[in-house]
Order: sequence, then C-alpha cells, then structure tokens
Amino acid sequence: MLERLEELERQALTELEGITDEAGLNAWRVKYLGRSAELGVILAGLRELSKEDRPAVGRRANEVKLNLESTLQTRVEALRVAALERSLQEERLDVSLPGRKPILGRIHPANQTLRQIYNIWAEMGFQIYLSREVETDDFNFGLLNMPEHHPARDMWDTFHTTATGVLLRTHTSPGQIHVMRERAPEPIRVILPGMCYRYEQSSTRAEIQFNQVEGLAVGHHITFADLKGTLNAFARRMFGEHVRTRFRAAHFPFTEPSAEMDIECFICEGKGCSVCRRSGWLEILGCGMVHPIVLRNGGYDPTVFTGFAFGMGPERITMLKHGIDDIRYFWGNDLRFLEQF
Amino acid sequence: MKIPLSWLKDFVEIDLPINELVHRLTLAGLEVEEAQFVGLPLPVGIIEGHTSGDRQIETNVTGLAWDPEKIVVGAILEVMSHPDADRLVLCRLDDGAQEHIVLAGGPNLFPYKGKGPLEKALKVAYAREGAQIYDGHKPGNELTTLKRRKIRGVESYSMACSEKELGISDDHEGVIILDDDAPVGVPLADYMGDVVLDIAITPNIARNANILGVAREVAALTDVPLKEPSYEVEWSGPPLEGRVRLEIHHPELNPRFVLGLIEGVEICPSPYWVQRRLRLAGMRPINNIVDATNYVMLEIGEPLHAFDFDVLVERAGGETPTILTRLAEPGERLTTLDGVERELDDFTVLVADSAGGLSIAGVMGGAESEVSEQTTNMLLEGAAWNFINIRRTTASQKLSSDASYRFERGVHPAMAERGVRRGLNFVAKLAGGKIAEGLVDEYPLPPVDSTVEITPMDVERWLGINLEVDEIVDILRRLGFSVEVDGQVLHVTTPDHRLDISQGVDGQADLIEEIARIYGYDRIPETQIADRIPPQYGNPRLEREERVRDVLVGLGLQEVVTYRLTSPVREMRIFPPEAPPDDRPYVRLANPIASDRVVMRHSLLASVLEIVERNIRIRDRIALFEIGQVYLTSEEGDLPEEPLRLVIALSGPRSLPAWQGSDLESMDFYDLKGLVDEFMTTLHLGPLYKPMEHPSFHPGKCARILIGERQVGVLGELHPKVRERYDLPERPVVAAELDFNLIIESIPESHAVEPVPAFPPVLEDLAVVVDEEVQADEVETLLKRAGGDLLVDVKLFDLYRGEQIPEGKKSLAYSMVYQAPDRTLTDEEVSKVRARVIKKLETDLGAKLRD
Repeated sequence: MLERLEELERQALTELEGITDEAGLNAWRVKYLGRSAELGVILAGLRELSKEDRPAVGRRANEVKLNLESTLQTRVEALRVAALERSLQEERLDVSLPGRKPILGRIHPANQTLRQIYNIWAEMGFQIYLSREVETDDFNFGLLNMPEHHPARDMWDTFHTTATGVLLRTHTSPGQIHVMRERAPEPIRVILPGMCYRYEQSSTRAEIQFNQVEGLAVGHHITFADLKGTLNAFARRMFGEHVRTRFRAAHFPFTEPSAEMDIECFICEGKGCSVCRRSGWLEILGCGMVHPIVLRNGGYDPTVFTGFAFGMGPERITMLKHGIDDIRYFWGNDLRFLEQF
Repeated sequence: MKIPLSWLKDFVEIDLPINELVHRLTLAGLEVEEAQFVGLPLPVGIIEGHTSGDRQIETNVTGLAWDPEKIVVGAILEVMSHPDADRLVLCRLDDGAQEHIVLAGGPNLFPYKGKGPLEKALKVAYAREGAQIYDGHKPGNELTTLKRRKIRGVESYSMACSEKELGISDDHEGVIILDDDAPVGVPLADYMGDVVLDIAITPNIARNANILGVAREVAALTDVPLKEPSYEVEWSGPPLEGRVRLEIHHPELNPRFVLGLIEGVEICPSPYWVQRRLRLAGMRPINNIVDATNYVMLEIGEPLHAFDFDVLVERAGGETPTILTRLAEPGERLTTLDGVERELDDFTVLVADSAGGLSIAGVMGGAESEVSEQTTNMLLEGAAWNFINIRRTTASQKLSSDASYRFERGVHPAMAERGVRRGLNFVAKLAGGKIAEGLVDEYPLPPVDSTVEITPMDVERWLGINLEVDEIVDILRRLGFSVEVDGQVLHVTTPDHRLDISQGVDGQADLIEEIARIYGYDRIPETQIADRIPPQYGNPRLEREERVRDVLVGLGLQEVVTYRLTSPVREMRIFPPEAPPDDRPYVRLANPIASDRVVMRHSLLASVLEIVERNIRIRDRIALFEIGQVYLTSEEGDLPEEPLRLVIALSGPRSLPAWQGSDLESMDFYDLKGLVDEFMTTLHLGPLYKPMEHPSFHPGKCARILIGERQVGVLGELHPKVRERYDLPERPVVAAELDFNLIIESIPESHAVEPVPAFPPVLEDLAVVVDEEVQADEVETLLKRAGGDLLVDVKLFDLYRGEQIPEGKKSLAYSMVYQAPDRTLTDEEVSKVRARVIKKLETDLGAKLRD
C-alpha cells in the first residue's frame, strides 16, 4: 500500500508538471484529489486496513495529500503569473489609434468674454445691473443729453419701432438713468451689460446687434484721474500686465470730458498694421465724466456728485484677442466657429 | 475735414515735426485719420510712447514725395506741333538748368500750339528723367518711373505733370499750369509741397470744421499765438445803403443776416494756388466767385452764398430788391442748384424776395439766382440759422451740402459778418470789381455768450488735479476765452466763435473738458477711487443664470446666441402650415434694414431651429441650447415684456461615431427628457411631466414640464410637418422650450443634503403587469407612496410587451432599493413593505405581479 502511495505521488507530481492550463489543473484535481480519486479511496478505506498498517499508511496518505494540494497551489499560482505575463505581453495597443471623444458643452464665445469682463469688474467692486432692450427715445437719447435733432444723434443709426418714441436701444447707456433713479442718492458702482442694436448693413465689421458693457461710478468725489486708474487696472487684467494704454479726447454727449481709451496694438506691437489702421493703437472703449445734465436726470445734484462712465464692446475685444476678421461669426453660430472656444 | 498744412500755417506757426503734430491733435480730440503727403518727404523719427522703436506716425500715411532733384518748376517757352500726332505737342521747356524738348498731351496746352515763342512762359510742374510719379493713365495711384523712350518717333524722357501724376488730385485733364510767380528751377516740393491732415470732426468741435478752428487748437496746444485773420474790408465802391432791403420774419430761426455787394467782377478760373488748396481740402474749383465763397467757408467756417444782383433787380421789376427770410408757404416749391424741384415743408426757411424763393436757407441756393458766367454784380450773403431747423430741413429734403454740414452743427452769428467781410475782400482779390461801402446787417437776436464761474477746486473735483489759477487762465485764454480773475474765482466768458459752452455747473463741465484737453489727458495721473463704497445689491438673477449655463454646458450642450430680430414668416415655420397664424402683436421696426429682420422675436425655439438647420449640413450630431429674450407686447406701442427663455435642441446620433463602434441611434424624446430631468434635478426643481399636444410637436411625443402645479415648459419631438418646413434630414429633432424666468425663480435658495447611508441596502426586482393605458409615472408614484420611508429608490429597468403578457397589457420591471438610516433591514421588514406595495398596486391599478 505504501508503495502504491509512493507510486501515486510520483505519478501525480509528474503529470502536474506537464499541465499548462486551468482546465488541465481541474481535471488533475478531480483525478488525484477528488472524492473518488484513488488517494481518497485509500483514505476512506483506512478503517479496513490492519491495525499495524493503518498508522503508517494513514500518515503517509495524508502526507501525500498535503503535498499534492500544496504543489497544486504553487502550480496554480505559477500558471496565473505566467498567464498574466503572457496577457501583458499580448495585449499591446496601437496607442496611435484615436481615443473615444467625450461630448463636451461650451459657452458661446461672446458670453465667455462677458463673463471674463463681469469677473474683473466684480473684483473691482462693480455690480451688474441689467435693463431693457426695447427702450423709449427719452431714455436712449433725451435723458442722456441728446435732445431731439441733436447732431450727436447722427453718431447712432437707430432702429425705430412702429410705436412712437419706442426704439431698440443703441447702447446700454439708458441703464445709467435707470440705475441712478433707482439708487439716488447712494453712491453707485455698476456695470451694465446687454444687447444693443444699430441700423447698419451687416458686414465683416458691423452687426445689427452687439453686446455692450457699460460702466458707471457715481459718488461725492470721483475724478477723471480715478477713471484713468480704474480703466487702466481693467486693461491690465483684460489684456495683460504690460499693456500700454492712452486716453484721447473724444466726444460723447453723456460724458464731459470724454475720452477714448486705446491700447497699444498687440498684433503689430504698435508698429502699425491693418487691424489698427496703421495707428499702432486699438480703440477699446469710450469713457468720460458723467455729464452734469445726465447726473441731474438721474437724480443726483451735479454740484455735489461727480461720476465716470465707460462703454466697451465685448465682441470687438474677442475679435482682437483671437484674430477674428468677421463679426458675423458670432450670431452665425457655425459650430466650426463655436467649437474653437 | 481735410486740412492742408500750408493753409494752416497762414494762421499759426508750426515748428513741430508732422508726426508730433498728428500725435498732439489726436490726443486733444482732433483725431487725424490720415496724413496725405503731397510732395513733402514722408515722416521719419520716433513717436514717444510706443513699445517698438520704429513707429513713425500714429495715423494712416498716404502720398507721394517729390524728389527735389527730379521734380522742379519748369517754364514752357514755346508749344509746337508734333510732326505726326495731332493730339500731342512738343514743348520747349526751361528747367532752370537747360532747355529740353518735352512731349505733352495736355489739352490745355493746345491753344498755345504753333504760336511761336510765348510772350509769357507757362510755368509747369516738370519731372525729369528718372522721377517717380503716379501713372496718369491707370486708375488709382500706381507708381511709375520716367524712362527715356520714343513716342511716335520723338524721344521723350521727361514731362510736364498733371495733378494726378503728382498725387494732388484725380485730375488728369491737362498739365498743371502754375501761377506766373513760380520760380523756375526750384524743387516743386519747396514751392508747393504739402501735407493734408484728414481730421475727424466730432459734433462737439463743429467750430473746428475749418482751417482757422484747427489753427486755434494748434496754437493752444503748442502755446504759440494765433494769427487772427483780418476782417477789414477795402471798400472801393459807392455805399450799399438803400440799394437792397432786408426783412427777417423769424429771428429765432434766423438770428442774423448780412449782405455785401461787389460790382464789376470778372468771372474766370481761380489762380492755381487757390485751386490747389480747394482740391487738397476736397472741393472742386468752379470759377473765381464760387471758389472765393468756398475758400472763405473752408477757412473760417462761415458758409456764404452769392446771388447775381442783376437777377434780383430784374425780379424786383427794376426796383430796389428786398431780401426776406420766411417760412415756406403751403405747397411752395423751389428748384435748387442741383436741378431738383423740391416741395418744401412748412418749417423750411427760405431766403426769398418779392418774386418768390431764392434759396433754402443754409442748405442750398436756388437755380435762378445763382451766379453764372455772365454775372458782373454779386450780392454776398452771410447768415446765421437755427441749427435744429436746418437739421430738420436736411433730413426732410434728404439734401446736404457743405453749408448745411456746418449750419446744422451750429455756427455763431458773429461769423456771418466776418464771413461776408472776408468774402468781399477775397472776391475782389480774385475777380476784381468794386466793393460797395458798408454792409446791410440785420441782427435781431444776438446770442448771449455765456460767462461761467470756475475755481481750481472745481477743476480738482472733476479731474483730480490741482492747477494754479494762472495755469487755468492761461489755457482758457489760449483758446480765446476772456477771463477775469477774482481771487480764486475765474469769470470766464465764451468767445464769439463757439456756441457749446453752457451756464452754471454744465458750463463748468464744458470748460473743464477744454482745460483737460489742452493740459493733456496724458498728464492727468492714475488714481484709485477713494470714494465711499456703495451698498451691495448683487444680481442674484444673473448669478443663477450663470450657474444654470454651467449646468447646461456640463450636460454636453453647446451654447448659441442668435439674432433677436426676425420676421413673422421665419417664426411661422415652428408651426405646421395649417396652424393658425401667430396673431399676438410684435415689436415691429419702422425702419428695418432687411426684409427678414423686421420684428423682435416671439419665439426662441424658432431662432434655435434656424441654427440647427444651419449646422446639420456640417455636423450629424447637434446638441444646443440658448438662453435669450423674447419680446412680448400686449398692445402695440407699449414697451414689451422681455422674458428669458431656454431652448434645448437635440438631433442626430446619441454618441459620436468611433472606430471602436458606438451608439449611433438617433436621439429621441427620452434622450431629451433624460437631459431635461437631470438639468432640473440638479437645480433641485423636481420636475413632473404630463402628456400634452402642442402644434410644434408630434402629438404623441410631447409633454408639458411642471414644477408642482406650474407649467414651466414643453418638450417633445418636432412635428414631422414642422421638420419639413426646415431644411432638415428625416430623423427626429427633439426640443424643449422653458420659461427661464420661472426656472430661475423656482431654484431654492439652498437645499439640505441627505446623509450618506451607513447601513447596507436590500435590493430587489419587482415586475408588474398593468393595462396599456396606465402611465409609467402612475406606477412609480404609487410604488414610492406605498413603499414609504424604507423604499428609498425605485428605477424602471425594463418595459416589455409580447409573449406571456396578455394583449393590451405591459410589464414594467423596477429595481427597488430598501434601506433604513439607522439599522440593517431584516427580511421580515422588507417583505412587509413589499406586501403593502403589491396590495396597493393590485387595488389601485389592477396590476398583477409578473411571475
């Protein structure tokens, strides 16, 4: 019997060595360690052996069983490692094949720029005030120091509606009167963003609708020097720490003194190019001290209060920053344009 | 306004290099849009303030420099026939160094042909061999270099130039014939080289729409004295008094009217220097009389009008003519200089006589009384007009002129007399004649030139700079203001050439602008606001809008921003053809610029569908949203409501095509519903959906979206008939339109967070068979209600009809999650809940458990 056990052990171990896959291992387990395997039969039949033989055979049979089990375990482990190794070797991807493209949403470029502008002004303490787009003549012009037939009205080509005295606002400036009337006599620091409209043949440079962001600060001692400091701070945030600006006298009926702020053309670095019309400077915004008549119309006594105001075009800023040569891209909404932002 | 530098120098010394002059003018609000070099060398040197060192001038530079060696004053001594070309002549020309034979084709030389040596040489602009000029035969300005060559058998290497060839104007009709005093052999650039500055004149500086105005600005900016022009007249004829009468009917429309008379003028072309200045300033020379009036207008800004005096006398039947200014009578007509017969408005002011209208005041003269080649006696008008009335007139007549350009921006009445005085002198200079002594001057309504009190404190209050009294006085005097100083208080009186300075604090602002401009905006420091910080209000609506925008982008949607102007026809496409028209009133444009943008939109869906249509040709998969206004007016004339809407639109495959394979099924109702649901749930809005019918959508694939009882929008698959009205492929387009204001208002201020469960859930599937008519959400609602607190989640995972399910029934399978926050649930507890749920399903919905 003991010999049979030796024989069995040798045979099992030899066979095990030759097995290379999981199925073979399972078959081997059934064959040598299963319930009806010979070793099992021997162990089950121990009782029937003679008393003398029983301890030696029993001990040996158990030894063989343990040996087979642990060898199997080692073998299983070895095969697993080998299989992993093999699969790591085999599963090599062509990493140059394209990946699966996730689906991404994006904010419209005009609104991306608006957000950037909102954020900069918010950090400088300017809140956002919104007002209507369909306005009265009075708010769009009259209260802003442009009475009927004022020559300055020529500066705006206006869409009038069929209702008398109702028009599409040509700028966000009517919001100045709305916010002042709402808040007088408190000090004010707001920006007034929104869509405006102009009667203009649409072209690469002009659109019938466009966003504007206007700003207004009113207080007991707001000066032109404050205007310069505040707008320069904005320009540095918007266009870069080293941007150069200049303030040039200009005319807006609702501010006095009025100015245009130019930044040095970042396309040609001031050398003069077609974008800056050879001047080396880019017009970025119009600004000035709030005209006393406008302050008065807003409910502020111009002998006590002063203020500054400014207005800029976010689409123009976006165009300059990204070298966009056609403003009609914005409301055209071609995905090939929008997906670049 | 085009300002020739040589003309400007009549009134102010200019030592600055041209680039510096451009810089100073531009910063002071006289933006130089272009500098056209006419003969003078183009600028060199560096402008302060630019990063790059090689910037030369801050404007658009155009023009041609005349080589001083090669382009000189020449004298044609004789004009001879060409041996075999009728349209060419040969000129014997002295260029100061030697004589040349020059081939020429200018018709203005033909009269001298074959006359032998000329008694008086013709001075011309002579270009030598190798000179660079513009090609006179080609359009635009194309450079060419004069080369030696044979033309019709005659050797040619040089020429007498036309204005076009030298870049003075577009005129190529003949060669330039200079004034007789032009010095032969002198470089032409030295004789008449120039720079023309094209200056943008904004409405507030209308007073500067003339040479003198710009000269005054230059004088003030560079602190040199202005050379005031003389208004002394050299009277040379009998007194004017009694020879013409004047009546002003409406002083508020015509505060002043001045007349002068000059007799015995001889009409002929103006001398070359006058023609050249007019051309450089952008006007066409006509004859010496017309040129003289235009010249004075360009020079000092007062438009003048010349009448043929003899025509006026004739119209008065040989009596003393009476000039009167009055409103047009009903139906009155006048034929203006441009040959158009015009019907006049009742607010149009006419200059008239007893026989009728002579001219539209301040705008354009009438054809009958204008000066002609036969005119010998000329009556010269200078007047002042109400600028608003001139604007109304030009707008109504759609007529503008150099005169109206100035009058509608305001010309001070004092200029009327100055204009006539300077005009009389200039006419006499160009056309001879005797100036009748004295003027007829009616001045019923002189303006009050404002006097403003201002102190250095006021300047500090507005500008943030501390100026001394003397500095302020100096700046204002340089601009022509008269200033009386009383301690710290300045009494500043406006000069009588400008109308833009108001009284009181408004006038202070006007003066402060002038002080800032001349002081220099660049010298004002940068400071940060020191004023009190305003109360904080914030803008919660916009903050929420921005948050919602982020949620939508997070759902993979591309934002669009569309035109808000549209047309009713465009918007009708969102309904099937047979749907009743949208009869709500629109905000409608009175002056649309394009026939397809005539109203403010009612529908954001229509706007977004146009973008879907536009992009579907370039992208299979479309997933868009827009947040934007619509404009709803209850009655035409009212200001509309401008509520915000949100539209989401999906079309095309669920995922993007990939080589690995992907889900390319068309997105449908449930893709959109899932997206809307996730959107609303993220905002804690707990939406409900109820079937509905809406003309834009498929009747069986459309739902209203509710928050509680309140409808906030609709979602559905576009009705096939609607889809067909757009250029869209045959696959579903699904869209949702929501009332964005309601969404914003409904977002809770804050929400409580559920604790993360600490005890394991019990998971279980439950399949029920119900009648086909039972809506899925009825089952789900009932499950949740009957399940109570322990049933924490219910999700439909299968919908089945077919084998083993009776006809007219469907099977809905749910995965159920049971969980308690404080313990692990026992089987007993779970089965109790399950039993309750099943019982409820059976009794309320007649459902059967599926085995």
